[in-house]
Amino acid sequence: MKKILLMGNANVGKSVIFSRMSGAHVVSSNYSGTTVELAKGNLKMGKETAELIDIPGTYSLDAASRAEAVAVKMLGEGDFIVNVADATNLERSLNLTLQLIKTGKPMVVALNMWDEAVEHGIEIDVKKLEEMLGVPVVPTCALSGEGIKTLVKRLKGQARPSQLKVDQKDVWVQIGKIVDEVQKVSHKHPTLGQEISHATVHPVIGPIFAAIILFFSFAFIAYVGEWLVEMVEGVFEFAWLPVVQFISSFLGGGGILHDILIGGFIDGSISFEESFGLLTTGLFIPIAVVLPFIFSFYFVLSLLEDIGYLPRLGTLVDNLMHKMGLHGFSIVPMLMGLGCNVPGALAGRVLETRKERFIAVTLLAICVPCMAQIAMVVGLIGQAGPAGIIIFFSVLFFLWLSLGVLMKFFIKGETPEILLDIPPYRRPHLKTLAKKIYMRMGGFIKEALPYVLLGVFFVNILYALGVIDFMSQIFGPLITRVFGLPAEAVGALLVGFLRKDVAVGMLAPLGLNLRQLITASAVLVVYFPCAATFVVMFKELGIRDLIKATLIMIGVALLVGGGLNLLLRPFV
Amino acid sequence: MKIKLSKLKAGSSAKIITIEGGAGAIRNIENLGIRPGKKIKKISQQLGRGPLIIQSGKTEVAIGRGLAEKIWVETEE
Repeated sequence: MKKILLMGNANVGKSVIFSRMSGAHVVSSNYSGTTVELAKGNLKMGKETAELIDIPGTYSLDAASRAEAVAVKMLGEGDFIVNVADATNLERSLNLTLQLIKTGKPMVVALNMWDEAVEHGIEIDVKKLEEMLGVPVVPTCALSGEGIKTLVKRLKGQARPSQLKVDQKDVWVQIGKIVDEVQKVSHKHPTLGQEISHATVHPVIGPIFAAIILFFSFAFIAYVGEWLVEMVEGVFEFAWLPVVQFISSFLGGGGILHDILIGGFIDGSISFEESFGLLTTGLFIPIAVVLPFIFSFYFVLSLLEDIGYLPRLGTLVDNLMHKMGLHGFSIVPMLMGLGCNVPGALAGRVLETRKERFIAVTLLAICVPCMAQIAMVVGLIGQAGPAGIIIFFSVLFFLWLSLGVLMKFFIKGETPEILLDIPPYRRPHLKTLAKKIYMRMGGFIKEALPYVLLGVFFVNILYALGVIDFMSQIFGPLITRVFGLPAEAVGALLVGFLRKDVAVGMLAPLGLNLRQLITASAVLVVYFPCAATFVVMFKELGIRDLIKATLIMIGVALLVGGGLNLLLRPFV
Repeated sequence: MKIKLSKLKAGSSAKIITIEGGAGAIRNIENLGIRPGKKIKKISQQLGRGPLIIQSGKTEVAIGRGLAEKIWVETEE
């Protein structure tokens, strides 16, 4: 199948063009360097179907950074190139364009943000640009869809390699000449958008604005998430419970198959939270408890991303992150980690130095709980009021700060300075936003749900084989004396290696008080990542750094568990 | 007056004269549109050793302090 690559700088609207060009069937695979997974879709090219791939933003093919190196590698596999250029930033965009021309692959150029260019008083002679570049140039406005049909038509019929000779030594002089020939700029006053933009990076207003945004983000995620949880729980009670009850009595109310599928009776009836059968807890946890929060979380994150706020947030926190050995934009993998640690860890792949990668990935694995875990913990601790949840998150945040500072001090190496394009604030394209959220929710169902079912199944096996009892006896003293938890909690710790949400679910029937719930939840976040994250860590860090990270994790878990046990006793 | 970009006052404009540093670092900065001869305006400066944001044409770029200390600009005074 032929491959069409969508290439361009960051923040030029590639995702929206991709969204408009590709059909309904869009697949996402995990990719680093962007907040979005690598998107692949299909496009009909005459009789054939070609694969359309959205390559993460790159400014050149020098491969000067890890992110660019990956884009260059992917370029090798492409048959056609759609170069998305920014009409409001022609000079900068042409750098990549000329380098793509040098590869000799057939290409077309989409001159996107055409409407914005007009607003800013920028006029570009498209015909002349096309002559000078030697490839078709199509002005587009991805938001409104203008030009996309023409783009696709010319891609199919007229994509061609250019004969243009690119000046190796002084490419900017060549670009300058082209821009002088084709572009005219008339002065326009700063727009309202620009004034707002400058306010949000002001040294004083910026942080205040950020705090407000973060507050509303949390509020939205929490309230919408909770509301959806109640709705889905209602559906489970109304529509699924009768089915499960029927199956239960059909299986005679007991026996191995019953235990696997339905689980045990709690107070004489089936409990979706505690019965621990594949069809009960196994489906309830991911669909009723976690998925609503996955939706509300990714809604907010994707919106902030598409509006263009994240680079500004990175600028605001850069100072703080440097004290932790990271730079501002590393906030992005951390935020992604709140959704799921796996894409968060993968996003850490493009950090330039080994020190940064180690700190970012380790901090992520230890201090950043994923939404699946958060949803379960909030459900469990939240019943006693907000205090427990506040303590839970505060402990993790404080740990994140201090551990980062410590690691910066002890780990050798440099942290590079931030160098980041700040895009203008833009209205998000709703269809693209919806596709992104849909892709991420679909990813959760496809990738996490099987592991949850496996986890629930695993728990039942462990109990049946007496492994949990055995482990309780060995680790019991540690758990009771250091953590202040009942020895049976070891079951949750065992399952936590596989899935964190199921592990938290196992705390429910233990009848723990608030102190114990907070301690157990915190230890579950901190002591070890889930299996999926661990695999990614192994690939990213290598075995030696992984061992170092693991030792840190275990040490921190003991400290946090023991510490909370002592500190919370007088209060809860 | 020739000064370091990090010393430029927020709200002022200047022209970029030279960028110091290794070839790779210079290339990264240039790829974002920050090149000798360009006129830029400093939009904001974060507190402490935080990064600054400059505007060149329609582009806005955030630059870390350390990098900004390696970029020399000529002010309009």
